[in-house]
Amino acid sequence: MISYLLRRIGYALPIMLGVSFLCFMLVHIAPGDPLVSILPADASVDLQQQMMKLYGFDRPWPVQFAQWIWRALHGDLGTSIATARPVTQEVFKAVGNTFMLAALATLIGFAFGSLFGFVAGYFRNSWMDRAASFISVIGVSLPHYWLGMVLVIIFSAKLMWLPATGAGPDGSGLWKWDAEHVKYLILPAVTMSFIPMGIVARTVRALVADILSQEFVIGLRARGLGDFGVFKHVVKNCAPTALAVMGLQLGYLLGGSILIETVFSWPGTGFLLNQAIFQRDLPLLQGTILVLALFFVGLNLIVDVLQTLFDPRIERA
Amino acid sequence: MSATITSTTRPAPSAPLQAVRSRSHGANVLRRLLRNPVAMTAATIILLLILVAIFAPWIMPADPFATSMFKRLRPVGTPGYPLGTDELGRDLLSRLMLGGRLSLFMGIAPVIMAFVIGSALGILAGYAGGKVNTVIMRCIDVLYAFPSVLLAIALSGALGAGITNALISLTVVFVPQIARIAESVTTQVRRSDYVDAARASGAPALTIVRRHVFGNVIGPIFVYATSLISVSMILASGLSFLGLGVKPPQPEWGLMLNTLRTAIYSQPLIAALPGVLIFVTSVSFNMLADGLRTAMEVKQ
Repeated sequence: MISYLLRRIGYALPIMLGVSFLCFMLVHIAPGDPLVSILPADASVDLQQQMMKLYGFDRPWPVQFAQWIWRALHGDLGTSIATARPVTQEVFKAVGNTFMLAALATLIGFAFGSLFGFVAGYFRNSWMDRAASFISVIGVSLPHYWLGMVLVIIFSAKLMWLPATGAGPDGSGLWKWDAEHVKYLILPAVTMSFIPMGIVARTVRALVADILSQEFVIGLRARGLGDFGVFKHVVKNCAPTALAVMGLQLGYLLGGSILIETVFSWPGTGFLLNQAIFQRDLPLLQGTILVLALFFVGLNLIVDVLQTLFDPRIERA
Repeated sequence: MSATITSTTRPAPSAPLQAVRSRSHGANVLRRLLRNPVAMTAATIILLLILVAIFAPWIMPADPFATSMFKRLRPVGTPGYPLGTDELGRDLLSRLMLGGRLSLFMGIAPVIMAFVIGSALGILAGYAGGKVNTVIMRCIDVLYAFPSVLLAIALSGALGAGITNALISLTVVFVPQIARIAESVTTQVRRSDYVDAARASGAPALTIVRRHVFGNVIGPIFVYATSLISVSMILASGLSFLGLGVKPPQPEWGLMLNTLRTAIYSQPLIAALPGVLIFVTSVSFNMLADGLRTAMEVKQ
């Protein structure tokens, strides 16, 4: 177990380094001089010199990369061009909002996805299976930014039940757990939950069908176990894989929330990315992407390790 | 040879006792696909959308670029404007028809490019093994470590808006996914007896790859690639929706969805229409890919 753990971490470290390198390169693949793209348009010659030195653009790129990594490890991701505030500060202010949204969406998606998956797996080839499979195909094929718009049209414009955009009545972006604020969370979370729902439903259906066809289920029934007793065994057997899928989906939603956050003007990392793109704020873009991507790699690692802990049958190569 | 094996070991269920004439693998797949009503419906819809997109300039009822300040956001069913007009008074039906060109192109082209590049990298890594495999696959792993939406946005955001940049970003997103499948399938085939036999009889590596490996791995890779088109459609339109893909005034479904956002209170039906087309296309490609997977008996 310990050796597996070490090997798994040993595998994740070079990936993290590679991911960081790609993020570092973003400033360099951008058209034009990287110095120009990280400076405000009205930068003084003084500031230019200062940034040139700080980023080390006069040095070979491996040195630049090492410097960049070193500063990133110390929590310095540069300065946002648009707001002149440290990127780290901007990102961490937004990450909480995105996490809240993504976590709620994952929970909703997981609950409904498992429900549909279980029904479909238990009653294979019945109309319920076809209906559940159809819903899961819809879930993965929906352009979710469009779904968000449709939900806004129905629940905000027509019925006027829920607010269309923002994260609170005062527009400050500061979150409080009260009824007024939660109202703003419902539509984006429901919209987002369709993505994991389809994938969880597919996975659970395949798992349940596979488990039910195994001989130990016949054994359980032969020993007189009722439907509910068998059901408990099925749940226990598919839980590790289903939970692993849920963990990965959370990671995907954290990294992929930009479209939904744009539709709902949700003040999270996606909205930050959107701003960064339109103001050509490359340090902000680079920093946000780095944090989200590293988070995703870390989450993958945690999910893998937890899965092995929960399910000792999984032998890792 | 392989075709004979396929048809004798898996006789058609309708005639289990009759001698079965050997058919080519391709004919078998096509026959199974043609019998799948869901896949055929999906294929028909896709064909229809492609035909409309190709012939759009000749069948469009109006000029999709002609703006009119007096005819903005007319509702669906307005005489002369069957699907109404957009926020600049342009005929929506014509724009949706012409928009299909870029939307479909931006959805399908990256998958084709990624299919070529990803297969080549994956087959090379899988067949060569050893150090070559390690170098290629570790690079692929790094790209694979990004959630696809994030990678597409990172690259498009850094490169800047535009069709070419969006195509490059999306191709980079799909290459690692296809290369991973290609590598794992190729590694399996490389370990098979007939490849060993070919190597033992002195066939050069390139010949083995061309004659024995390629034909056996390309099917599963192709099936996987088709299942990516649906994702690619959503992502490509998503980039345009964010303003990173197609630039106005060119019609494209994702971009139209973005510019029509202002109309969700006044003309909700019109605002939602471009999304319906993205959705229908994406579902259809998903269904067709599912059908193709079943027909080719690929397990994934």
